[in-house]
Amino acid sequence: MPYLQLSDLKTHFPVKKGLLFKREVDTVRAVDGIDLEIEKGEILGLVGESGCGKSTLSRTVMQLVPATGGKVVLDGEDLSALSPDAVRARRLDFQMIFQDPYASLNPRMTVSSTLAEALRTRQPELKGDALAGAVAELMERVGLDRRFVRKYPHEFSGGQRQRIAIARALAPQPKLVLADEPVSALDVSIQSQILNLLKDLVRDLDLTMIFISHDLSVVHYIADRIAVMHFGKIVELGDAEEVMARPGHDYTKKLLASIPTIETHRR
Amino acid sequence: MSLLEVTDLKTYFHTRAGVVRAVDGVSFSLERGKTVGIVGESGSGKSVTCYSMLGLIPMPPGRIEGGAARFDGVDLLSCGERALREIRGKRIGMIFQDPMTSLNPYLRVSTQVAEPLRLHMGMDKRRAHAAAVEALREVGIPDPETRVDMYPHEFSGGMRQRVMIAMALITKPEILVADEPTTALDVTVQKQILDLIKARQRELGTAVIFITHDLAVISEVCDEVNVMYAGRVVERAAAAELFEDPRHAYTRSLLKSIPATHAKGEELYTIPGLPPDVSRPISGCAFAPRNQLGESGRCLTDSRPPLTEIAAGHWVQDCPGCLS
Repeated sequence: MPYLQLSDLKTHFPVKKGLLFKREVDTVRAVDGIDLEIEKGEILGLVGESGCGKSTLSRTVMQLVPATGGKVVLDGEDLSALSPDAVRARRLDFQMIFQDPYASLNPRMTVSSTLAEALRTRQPELKGDALAGAVAELMERVGLDRRFVRKYPHEFSGGQRQRIAIARALAPQPKLVLADEPVSALDVSIQSQILNLLKDLVRDLDLTMIFISHDLSVVHYIADRIAVMHFGKIVELGDAEEVMARPGHDYTKKLLASIPTIETHRR
Repeated sequence: MSLLEVTDLKTYFHTRAGVVRAVDGVSFSLERGKTVGIVGESGSGKSVTCYSMLGLIPMPPGRIEGGAARFDGVDLLSCGERALREIRGKRIGMIFQDPMTSLNPYLRVSTQVAEPLRLHMGMDKRRAHAAAVEALREVGIPDPETRVDMYPHEFSGGMRQRVMIAMALITKPEILVADEPTTALDVTVQKQILDLIKARQRELGTAVIFITHDLAVISEVCDEVNVMYAGRVVERAAAAELFEDPRHAYTRSLLKSIPATHAKGEELYTIPGLPPDVSRPISGCAFAPRNQLGESGRCLTDSRPPLTEIAAGHWVQDCPGCLS
């Protein structure tokens, strides 16, 4: 039994026209019939260009956008059939990490209040020293110095902010983490630190992760399997090595051919 | 003689938190028709270097503390705003990372693309409009006769960057400064844009200064590469030479931390720590605290290592710790 199962998942957006009498003139098929199974502890890389529907797919899995059709089954439970209240309760089990950590952190909250709030969603009884201890433990877990606990997001560098965002995502002890372009905004040297961290966390905390990126070399490095998305559909799915070495679909070949490479003659 | 010769450029920002030495003695030269790359992390001073040459640094807080940038017998740093205006946008074009913020959302594309011709060449409206259509056609925008009268928001990201390129090249400038032109774009679009820049460069003989933090992009487009760290050039070499035989510990660390150079599952190499705070004076080798691949114990501590030529055309900061 796969941990997360998407069957024939569809998210369509109606395009409406008219001022008083709105009528549907067209539909945007952002996610158009996706079947995907993810095992526990796996990192699935999802690649595709802007507009291919990868962010809509992640939002649909997160139940932030209602699915038009199909099912999202997490650990045996059909999320798309739950009531909004039940979804809210279940959302602790799946968390997101976004591309721009500065935009996703509250600028008026210190690291400690951000993390404490996230921790208490799962454990509302946590207070005082126990809460402070949990915050410090979380910070160490993602490689942040616990002395920074009283600082605000603007006082951190991009890489450190992404560590805060990761810590906040981990605070409610999720089982599934959706990382939407988590390293795209970072410099090369910082990017490698965050990739190492994510890899360690998945291994140590037994997480399942969907890693969304447009950078194939990053996805190749971190993911076990790669799914290539194009116009709302998955056009290729396979073992990461296999997809990179022997792409089957024309679109995957085009993506691979577009990656700039460092050319050295000696290699 | 080089088309552009920058010598010992220093741009400091005087802020309440102290003097930020964003660019601290940078020299490089650009030959006609060639592409020079500037790579470095955020805050290494790569953009400030180019903005200084073009008089685009807000002053205050910025101040050009010294140096020269000779372009065709004129020192861009001291020639004054009026003379600079004759050059900027006419003989030196620029494109930026985010084409949406550098295009005016209220103006039709035709007005913006034709503006350099109207301002610098005094061309009349009709002819400028025709030239704008032609320029859009040359950068591969389909149906340019209709597209030219649309607004920037009606274009996709890649198409907007094409508009920027058409606008920057419409006066056939001798230099094109490209500041992270493909960072915001998808890989397939990135390839199209890089190919376009190369093709236009061949046709017009334009020299290009290419700023990016992406080493793979640099290796594809540049003839010569400058690696910047903490406001200085730490290494300079022909692109092929730099990637085959990187000498400075920072260059080696950067190349080592790219996922593509790692086997799957292998721990990625990471450069420990963070870039130095350039608002404090750095007395010795700026990379010493993060140097793991060399011997940080042998890094210079009392003077900044000078850039020296160690092989023909291969320059590197002469710091024993970073070279070992």
